[in-house]
Formats: sequence, C-alpha cells, structure tokens
Amino acid sequence: MNNTVLLGGILVLAIGTFSLRLAGPLLRTRFELPERAQQVMSVAAVVLLAALVATAALTDGQTHAGIARPAGVLVGGVLAWRKTPFVLVVVAAAVTAAGLRLLGVP
Amino acid sequence: MLRDIALVCLADGVVGVSYGAISVGGGLQFWVPVALSLLVFAGASQFLFVGIVAAGGSPVAATVAGLLVNTRHVAFGLAVSDVIGGGWRRLPGSHLMTDETVAFAIGQDDLRQKRAAYWVCGIGIFIFWNLGVVIGAAAGTVIADTDVFGLDAAFPAVLLALVLPALRDRSTRTAALIGSVVALAATPFLPAGLPVLLALVGLVFYRSGKPVAALEAAR
Repeated sequence: MNNTVLLGGILVLAIGTFSLRLAGPLLRTRFELPERAQQVMSVAAVVLLAALVATAALTDGQTHAGIARPAGVLVGGVLAWRKTPFVLVVVAAAVTAAGLRLLGVP
Repeated sequence: MLRDIALVCLADGVVGVSYGAISVGGGLQFWVPVALSLLVFAGASQFLFVGIVAAGGSPVAATVAGLLVNTRHVAFGLAVSDVIGGGWRRLPGSHLMTDETVAFAIGQDDLRQKRAAYWVCGIGIFIFWNLGVVIGAAAGTVIADTDVFGLDAAFPAVLLALVLPALRDRSTRTAALIGSVVALAATPFLPAGLPVLLALVGLVFYRSGKPVAALEAAR
C-alpha cells in the first residue's frame, strides 16, 4: 500500500468531515433563521438519530442484522420508555444481545 | 448526567480498542487507525475507511465512502450551533460533533445544560476513543469482535434512550418514524450514509407549513 496515497486519503477525509461539521455553525451565524426553521432543524437532528437507531439496530451493511442485536435494542428501548436509569438501559441492551449470542442466536 | 456520559465514553473506548485491533489485524500500519481517529474522529466512517483499504480497495473510494457517511453532520451542525457557541469555540466544537454528543445535547432541558453535556461528552469521547484506538492498534488482535459483549446493541440503545424524550412529541415522532422506515427501505439499495440522509423526507410530515425550506437548508 502506497503510504502517500493513503495519507492523502486520510487528510481529505479529515478536512472534508471537519468542513461538513463546521458548515452548520458557520451558516447559522451568517443568516438569522426564523423561529420555525430553528425548530425544524432540531427535529431534523432527532429524525436523523432515529433513522441511525433503526438502521444500526436492524441492518448490518446492506443485509439484516440477525436477531440478537435488534432484541437487545428493543429491551433497551422498552426500559428507556419506562424511564429506567440510562445505565441500566445500556447494560440491559448489551447483556441481552450478548446472552442471546451465547445461546447460539445469531 | 456525568455518570451517563462516563458510561458512553467507556463503551466508545472499548469499541476504539476493537477498531484499532481490527485495522492492524487487517494489515494496516499502526499510524493509519490512529491518524484517522485523531483527525477524522467519526467512528462509522473510520470503520468503513479501514474496511475498504484493508480489503485492497482504493483510498479514493474509501475517502468518498467516508465522506458520504459523514454528511449527516451538516444537519447536526445546524441543530446544535447554539449549543456549540460562537467565535473560536466553533472550531473545536465542530470537531467534537458526533452522534452521541448531539444526542446528549438534545436530551437536556435548557441551553446551559445542553452546552455542558455537549462539551463534557465531546471531550470525554475524544479522549477515550483515541486512547482505545492506540491501545487496540498496539495490542493487535486482542478484542477483534465487540459483538460478543453486545456493544453493537448498546450503541443504538444509547441513541434511542437519548432521543426518546423528543419523540414524546407526536409530530416529531411521526417524522422520525416515517424517516426511519424510508432509511430502512433504502438500505439494501444505497451505499452507507445515504439511507440515513433520506430519512429527512420524514420532515415533510412534521406539522404543515414550510418544511420544504427547512429541507433545503438542512441539505
């Protein structure tokens, strides 16, 4: 592997990612957004995070993620919905998935 | 809140160890995963990048794929710019922007708490993630597969727990549900990163009014 090409790729990805991250804060200081648009921005972040949860829980690459992982996330989700402390939610999700795998569930 | 953030930092650190080990185990030199973690600092795109390069793919393809996965940060930046603050803070604040920091900030009630959550979580994850990657890359193949510990289920659960309060609002929930269904439906057909972006069409169902303008701005 050519190290120069590899380093170039890493630097472009780094600069590109930083620019994508900085774009929002820069745009927002240039233009004053109306109240409603600001509200929609917050909802947009929630929609993106929810879609991340759905795809991370149910898919792996371009196929489905098996049973153990969605089951773990579901257990965590139900506990969170019932206002269980955050730490328990996270641990329960991990333990459920790990336990099912230990039993041979994919 | 501090305890919750500490837990997520720790989990991120363990995934970092695994990422470092996978990269070196895949034949990459020590500096590759370490440089990616410090300079790019975005887990999903880093896994994708080393996955493509370690499999013999071109660094150009790996870079494009990584950038595609990271496009969602534009919308995140628009949502949390007040939380990050103005002036010089925008530079480090932007670099620390991750799914977890944004979710923690959104989960707080007032701006002061949002700020504290964002910065503490961002700095904490940055330290733990990079430390983990260095340890993993140095140790080689110690923990190659964190799925054994169920960490692949823990991360979606973290984000879900943090966005749930926002989902109690009916209109937001509708938008999020429709967006998630669209993203899931698109996953088999599109490269990584695009399906999640497509979820933004869910915003059209966020009340009535002018969601189209918001979509333009979030792009």
